[in-house]
Amino acid sequence: MRILVTVKHTPDLQSQRSFTDGRVTRTAEDGTMNELDENAVEAALQLVEAAGEGEVYALTVGGPDAVAAVRKALQLGVHHALHVSDEAIAGSDVFGTAKVIAAAVRKVHDEAPLDLVVTGMAALDGLTSMLPTALAAELDWSQLTLASALSVDGGEVTIERHLPDSHETVSAPLPAVVSVTDEANKPRFPNFKLIMAARKAPVTVWTLSDLALDPAQVGAGAARTTVIDASPRPPRADRIKVTDTGDAGTQLANFLIEKGLA
Amino acid sequence: MTIAAVLIDHRHGAVTRPALEALTLARSLGTPVAVWLGEAPSADAAAQLGEYGATEVRVVDAADARVASRAAAAVGAASGDADVVVMISTFVTKEIATRLALATGAGVVVDAAGAELVDGKVETFQTVFAATWDVRTRINADKAIVGVRPNTTHATPADSPAAATVVVVDAELPEARERIVSVEPVEQGDSVPLAEAPVVVSGGRGTSGDYSLVSDFAELLGGAVGASRDATDEGWISHEHMVGQTGTTVTPALYVACGISGAVHHRGGMQASGTIVCINMDPEAPIFEISDFGVVGNLFDVIPQAIERIKEHRGA
Repeated sequence: MRILVTVKHTPDLQSQRSFTDGRVTRTAEDGTMNELDENAVEAALQLVEAAGEGEVYALTVGGPDAVAAVRKALQLGVHHALHVSDEAIAGSDVFGTAKVIAAAVRKVHDEAPLDLVVTGMAALDGLTSMLPTALAAELDWSQLTLASALSVDGGEVTIERHLPDSHETVSAPLPAVVSVTDEANKPRFPNFKLIMAARKAPVTVWTLSDLALDPAQVGAGAARTTVIDASPRPPRADRIKVTDTGDAGTQLANFLIEKGLA
Repeated sequence: MTIAAVLIDHRHGAVTRPALEALTLARSLGTPVAVWLGEAPSADAAAQLGEYGATEVRVVDAADARVASRAAAAVGAASGDADVVVMISTFVTKEIATRLALATGAGVVVDAAGAELVDGKVETFQTVFAATWDVRTRINADKAIVGVRPNTTHATPADSPAAATVVVVDAELPEARERIVSVEPVEQGDSVPLAEAPVVVSGGRGTSGDYSLVSDFAELLGGAVGASRDATDEGWISHEHMVGQTGTTVTPALYVACGISGAVHHRGGMQASGTIVCINMDPEAPIFEISDFGVVGNLFDVIPQAIERIKEHRGA
């Protein structure tokens, strides 16, 4: 069982997140591995542990600071870390990013076939959830998204998927791109031994030329969308806070009635 | 002339309110044509689409359109001449939008709160980072796909109804690798789906698992019942009710948070709501920072009193 997990370097949810020149500000200090990618790492490790053999690769794309994301994956127990870093990638939209990841996946796959790429359900900065679909399409592999449970058997992967109006079970042949939700598992905590080992573990760095990708296909120039304005929203004005001394329910109701909401 | 295709969301043959919102938005972007996947719409449904401006209703009766690649091919077959494709933003349509964009070279924005034409290009606006930032995005590509959140456009009929001519579109759909093994519908009852509800009343840890008051309040206000991650993890209420970054994102006119502290995961799913009201025992809970009206108190005291006052007001 050979699995590659994509991990993203994102601003910590608890930090003051912001934009710089239309792009999400990413710094080494408050950046981390996207929390939902922990579920992807966990799913991959569990599949390899259940199979009793195999390897897990963690792959990230981004500037020098993004290495923090694969270091975190190493702490959780993945076997190999890959970091695609090239200035020409900056400003890529989801389709450019998918091209880069697909090229890196193919490079690993050509050395020895992969069974799965596992991703998180979304990155908690952009939250578009588009990457797994774009990646599956780029690779022309099976696409199984939003898995709340998954299993691999006889060359097929089967997932359960909870949509607002239905619960689906979906199967597809390997190789496949699978995205997992935060319902899929409970991510493990890194142990001391792995934390120490992760510091020294090698991280393979690839540029676009290592992936035989034309820089014109990715980056801000190829992006089909551009953020042209980003500004912090002011806090809600005129907030009212009352402490219940016996009539707060009535006050709340009166507030809703005045607003025409009740 | 700009053509704006709208993927129509429909349930049991009826057009959903978000679909009418999307048609309303599409009228400001071009000449709307409706795209309908599934068995042809009833005359009433087609007429309703006409009232909201659809000049045509293009029907693709595609089997297995649950698989994203097939659904995208079906939408693509019915929107080849469109400059803009509008759809309601859900986990399912985001996949359709992605596949359609790869097939057509279109630029995509999902989770938009609105869109307009500026110098012939579509620009979208939306909130990000748990609704703490406003972002405006220009779609550079010639074709634009916009996923719009429910409750962000007010659905209004067109000044005069359009023809809504039903046209059946033949589509060659690709063989899918994915095979749907089983589908179990989730019982919705008569209630409005969470994402579309104009009012959401949510309960969290403070309910201790007792959702009766939250449900009563939601029913009185004509809303849907939501929950925090804490509550769904406890098994007090099913996952479909979870409001948050990994559950359902809601933007109702009114959001009532009962016994919910307001962790960032929850705020990310509701902070763009119109008016926010909260009831919480802990005066330091972060939910108060984003509430227009907050009560420090016990929801088991506050909700019954509020219900009584609203009933009294309505009876008066």
